[in-house]
Amino acid sequence: MEEREVEERVVEIEHPLPCLSESDTQGIIKGRDLFGYVGIEAVLDQMRRKTMKAGFEFNIMVVGQSGLGKSTLVNTLFKSKVSRKSCTPNYEEKISKTVHLQSVSHVIEEKGVKMKLTVIDTPGFGDQINNENCWEPIVKYVNEQYEKYLKEELNVNRKRRIPDTRVHCCVYFLPATGHWLRPIDVEFMRRLGKIVSIVPVIAKADTLTLEERLEFKQRIRQDLQANGIRVYPQKEYDEDAEDRILNDKIRENIPFAVVGTDKEHQVNGNKVLGRKTKWGIIEVENVAHCEFAHLRDLLIRSHLQDLKDVTHNIHYEAYRVKRLNESNANGLALSPLILENGTLEKSDRKPILTDVCRTVTGQAYGCM
Amino acid sequence: MLCYFCASLMIHIRSVLKGQFTQSFILQNLYNLLSSIKFLTCDFQDKQYVGFATLPNQVHRKSVKKGFDFTLMVAGESGLGKSTLVNSLFLTDLYKDRKLLNAEERINQTVEITKHTVDIEEKGVKLKLTIVDTPGFGDAVNNNECWRPITDYIDQQFEQYFRDESGLNRKNILDNRVHCCLYFIPPFGHGLRPVDVEFMKALHEKVNIIPLISKADCLTPNEVKKLKDRVRDEIERFGIKVYQFPECDSDEEEEFKQMDKELKECTPFAVIGSNTVVEARGQRVRGRLYPWGIVEVENQSHCDFVKLRNMLIRSHMHDLKDVTCDVHYENYRAHCIQEMTSKLAQDNRTDSPLPLLPLPTPDVETERLIKMKDEELKRMQEMLEKMQQQMHEKDQ
Repeated sequence: MEEREVEERVVEIEHPLPCLSESDTQGIIKGRDLFGYVGIEAVLDQMRRKTMKAGFEFNIMVVGQSGLGKSTLVNTLFKSKVSRKSCTPNYEEKISKTVHLQSVSHVIEEKGVKMKLTVIDTPGFGDQINNENCWEPIVKYVNEQYEKYLKEELNVNRKRRIPDTRVHCCVYFLPATGHWLRPIDVEFMRRLGKIVSIVPVIAKADTLTLEERLEFKQRIRQDLQANGIRVYPQKEYDEDAEDRILNDKIRENIPFAVVGTDKEHQVNGNKVLGRKTKWGIIEVENVAHCEFAHLRDLLIRSHLQDLKDVTHNIHYEAYRVKRLNESNANGLALSPLILENGTLEKSDRKPILTDVCRTVTGQAYGCM
Repeated sequence: MLCYFCASLMIHIRSVLKGQFTQSFILQNLYNLLSSIKFLTCDFQDKQYVGFATLPNQVHRKSVKKGFDFTLMVAGESGLGKSTLVNSLFLTDLYKDRKLLNAEERINQTVEITKHTVDIEEKGVKLKLTIVDTPGFGDAVNNNECWRPITDYIDQQFEQYFRDESGLNRKNILDNRVHCCLYFIPPFGHGLRPVDVEFMKALHEKVNIIPLISKADCLTPNEVKKLKDRVRDEIERFGIKVYQFPECDSDEEEEFKQMDKELKECTPFAVIGSNTVVEARGQRVRGRLYPWGIVEVENQSHCDFVKLRNMLIRSHMHDLKDVTCDVHYENYRAHCIQEMTSKLAQDNRTDSPLPLLPLPTPDVETERLIKMKDEELKRMQEMLEKMQQQMHEKDQ
């Protein structure tokens, strides 16, 4: 028995192996050329099991004037009461005098997949009479999260999984005026489009008819282009043709016109999420009524990982290069963080080893 | 002539009521009938009827000939449906040639004041309607004092009227004063925003403010009610004096009183405007077509547009003009004159900056002095009389 097996094996070996004839070509050995099942694809299962155990983190920031339905939309997106309003007892609707950011974290579980969702709210944005520099606290917050991650990364004894508090996505709420982008919208998106992925949405879109909606979107897109604002998904980061086609379709529909609610009504025997008015029921998940389903698919079902990747690979890397260049110019360890308005932030961490810093900088130059 | 008429009427009546009524009864009826006929003959005039009950008719005829004018201001952020509402209210298209600015032009936009005038005629009554629009209000990043151009405009109109009124030729005064200001509150918020409060506080002593909740088609009925209650509370809390509907007289009909009460409870009105006519329930109505239904602008259960229109045009237009003339303009005038007299007293000048007629209205101080002097004069006169009497007695 064994001899025969050895014989057979010897016979098999005599056939030419599918191999790379020349040494350093980048040829791909296709699956059909393999003469047996290797099991490379099992790595996907392994990845899936690992990520299910570890769970995801997703940080979403909602920005817009008060009363545009930010909290309701976030609750509708994640089908649970995750917004700041639902979590604070005795919540009162008051316009706050300054912009201060509040973040609320929840762990949501679906089919064994755990996600740590953090919603960062920005009450007070754009509500005052004089709204100059109301975006500064937000810019500062985003940069602070990058700074935290950078410091952790440069640490000698760093954690296995660095806690990721960076803002992966910023949903910006535009009021459904039907005319154009307001100066405050332009200013905000221009500044933040450089450091975070912005997804603009038209809030409370049930006040626009379909024609008005199309016109409004067109004008917004023109305005965005005229002002050089890049919103997610950015054209430059499309990796291949398939991505480009998918993202082009999304880009044609930006900004999404959404309606949010957490109340359910009966329509044709089904329970649907909707808003009941005297002239009809607006179904939130009906694509003919509003584009909430598109937004949800974009944010959660198809592009969630992409948002995280873009944040990590592009925005965070840009921040990192900037900071390390600054510290390199100083010749010291990581220089104190310079805030947008020119003041220095006091750093209370010990200075990091300089040679670690230099090798890291070398790497940065190499890969950029 | 009259006797002949009476006789013929009596005969006619008798022939109709033959045998059914007594003659005295017929005569009584005839007398009542004749006294109610408005004949201006000498016989009747001095008995009971003067005839000034026709004065309202005379006024009516004269005003119809002269025509009315009304100046309405609309204020609020852009995109709240102001132009659409004005078009729906007056069933005209005042904004046909409006050009929307593009991004660069808008960055440096300031608050402007634009005027559109249109002459509307209905059943022989002419109305010269002026709409004052305020594009750019509340749109910039820094909206500090964005209401300043608006208050300046209103003051300018008052000043112009004041000068015209004090002038020599007062026949054709052009009344450009703003009679009413519709302020549009966005439905997106949770009540009044700081800019709303500041605007209304700057203007409530100069013009009749009527706050409206605009684009009410994005609110469910519960939300509308909550927002209205909230806005009413905040208006009271901040002490904003919006236009109050005049109280009904106690002798009005119950139905009218009920309507009036409903109107007052409904403020601020939640309105929807539309430039398009759609087909709903077999009729062509002004409305907005959505995939989930049709909003009818003139349906009372959908929005308060009809109430606003009735109040603004059909029942309270004249009252708005009266309040503007009697209250706001007089306030301005008193304030202006006080300033001028104090300035005169300070500078001690004889020529006033404005061509004023006789004396300026004396202020409180001089009035008191005048009163004192009057009393003194009276006392002296009494004393003089007494002395005269004494002298008289002495002589005698």
